[in-house]
Amino acid sequence: MPLDQEQIRTTMLDIIRTLAPETDTGSIVPDLPLRKQIDLDSMDWLNVLEAIRERIGVDVPETDYGKLGTLDNVVAYLASRLAES
Amino acid sequence: MRPAVIRKTRGEGQTLAMGAGEPFSWAAVGRELGMAPGSAVNMAWLAVDRHAASKLADKPAFRFLAEDGRRSEISYRELARLTDRFGNALKALGVQKGDCVFVFCGRCCELYVAVLGALKIGAVVSPLFPAFGPEPVRNRVAQAAGRLLVTTASAYRRKVAPIRGELPSLRHVVLIDDLGGRPPPETLDWQTMLATASDAPALVSTTADDPALLHFTSGTTGAPKGALHVHGAVLVHFATARWALDLRPDDVFWCTADPGWVTGMSYGILAPLLVGATSVVDAADFDAARWVSILENEGVNVWYTAPTALRMLIKAGPAMFAGGALPALRFIASVGEPLNAEAVWWGLETFGLPIHDTWWQTETGGIMVANAVADDIKPGAMGRPLPGIVAHVVRHRAGEPVEVIDTPDTVGELALETGWPSMFRAYLGQPERYRECFAGNLYLSGDLVRRDADGCFWFVGRGDDVIKSAGHLIGPFEVESVLMEHPAVAEAGVIGKPDPVAGETIKAFVTLKRAVAASEALRADLLAHARRRLGAAIAPKEIAFVECLPHTRSGKIMRRLLKARELGLPEGDNSMLE
Repeated sequence: MPLDQEQIRTTMLDIIRTLAPETDTGSIVPDLPLRKQIDLDSMDWLNVLEAIRERIGVDVPETDYGKLGTLDNVVAYLASRLAES
Repeated sequence: MRPAVIRKTRGEGQTLAMGAGEPFSWAAVGRELGMAPGSAVNMAWLAVDRHAASKLADKPAFRFLAEDGRRSEISYRELARLTDRFGNALKALGVQKGDCVFVFCGRCCELYVAVLGALKIGAVVSPLFPAFGPEPVRNRVAQAAGRLLVTTASAYRRKVAPIRGELPSLRHVVLIDDLGGRPPPETLDWQTMLATASDAPALVSTTADDPALLHFTSGTTGAPKGALHVHGAVLVHFATARWALDLRPDDVFWCTADPGWVTGMSYGILAPLLVGATSVVDAADFDAARWVSILENEGVNVWYTAPTALRMLIKAGPAMFAGGALPALRFIASVGEPLNAEAVWWGLETFGLPIHDTWWQTETGGIMVANAVADDIKPGAMGRPLPGIVAHVVRHRAGEPVEVIDTPDTVGELALETGWPSMFRAYLGQPERYRECFAGNLYLSGDLVRRDADGCFWFVGRGDDVIKSAGHLIGPFEVESVLMEHPAVAEAGVIGKPDPVAGETIKAFVTLKRAVAASEALRADLLAHARRRLGAAIAPKEIAFVECLPHTRSGKIMRRLLKARELGLPEGDNSMLE
């Protein structure tokens, strides 16, 4: 049974809390650019993608990075990738 | 099997000779910029106003790409006008020649206007990397007694307002509005300031020896050092743009470095303007697909980037470049850390162009050693000293005189003969540390190299514990100091851990105070503390709790030993560690 959207969202927030524990994930506005709201450098971002691969089971190709702008975008993208597989 | 040398065909690139066969001299470079001996020299005037009064006046100086992809251009004429306005606004606020003006924001048009406008009135400009947290900002502004800071409303709220009370020298903060609200009463609004300022020429006369730029860099010990550069450094920016980057007036140039670091200042702002080229400035962070489309859509001719970005592009795979060739792209160069041979070959295979590694430091102000335009390339090598630069390999032990090594392929410290125009003139307020960088007429770089029989230099490692992460120099001391502010921490030792993408990432080893137990919650709390204080780019990526840290007899933490343990090397023999 693949993760539903709510589970994906919870996992994403948990990944962010692990890598950037200073983040108040409750204050993230889901339809505003994610990386504007939290302090993630490019290495952090690669670690987020690695954690997505490990915990959600989706390997995000570089060509799709542009689809991960907001938290809502990330959740929708991952849900559709999980539905495909 | 790949050959050891990539040969350039004759006629490719530009000759290193100046003018019509004139032998090299810095004075000859100055004449090309219209400088007479002893004449006034101002970076911003030479970079902007000189062209605004020429046939280049209406040519775009910068092409800005906003994060949402919107493009906007600013001509040399308009840039001259806006920098006059900003300069006049600074004067009206009482900012004087020699005062330090800080800039702390992303790559937006205002940043470029602020830097050049402040230079124009003889203020000393110090750029802050936008990913800095409050502590690096506080430390640097306090050291330089910064008088005025230009930042964004959002960065002010998160990172400057909480520490402003600790910065009595900072009389004015100018905010670029990115929040859409009313600016706090203790700040000034950029737009209002520029709208009400005079268009009159703002230039204040400066000489080649007047201070212009203050770039903070990190050493192994102590607070970050402010390396002071003078207006005369333009000679190096101008000359090396041609020799090391093949930059010509008709070119579209893209230097991907942020002006918060020296590369983004010397080559992201000054060099292309001095040449009269058009620079692309992208506000967004690295994104492989975006970068490929910028190279393609903007018709970039010359591209100056960094190994970390190249490694991420390589990782993205050949599909990223399947869209077609990049006919405009003519020259690629790299800086920030040594470029491995594999990346040079990748460039040749992907773009049909080799990637030219360049070597220099914050202290050198401009490119010193490079795989120059006209030279054959040995992939993996740093290249050769540029004209006007004399480099040696030296043996340098504490308490002993420096000895020049002439035997090829012998490892030693890279040293440069002093006197090149962009050499730093001081570490602000730290004359002792400045003196320690020199032995006689040699500047000691701290980088270990070897020179082969052909005169080509090869990077071996750093002579100290400074960390190179994603091309940024990070001092372990600054990170350790912040970790030790945490109430649970007794002591911290910070090293660079080798990483295939970033070169090194920051790892901290921490001992805890008595009666404090290690836990995942404490680790998260410590990481949050470090990231909040230092910003994501400077904070550790990994924190390990240890029982004790190794010390020298004098009590210093032996970071080399920590690194040897991390790498699983024999602890007794770590003399060759970086």
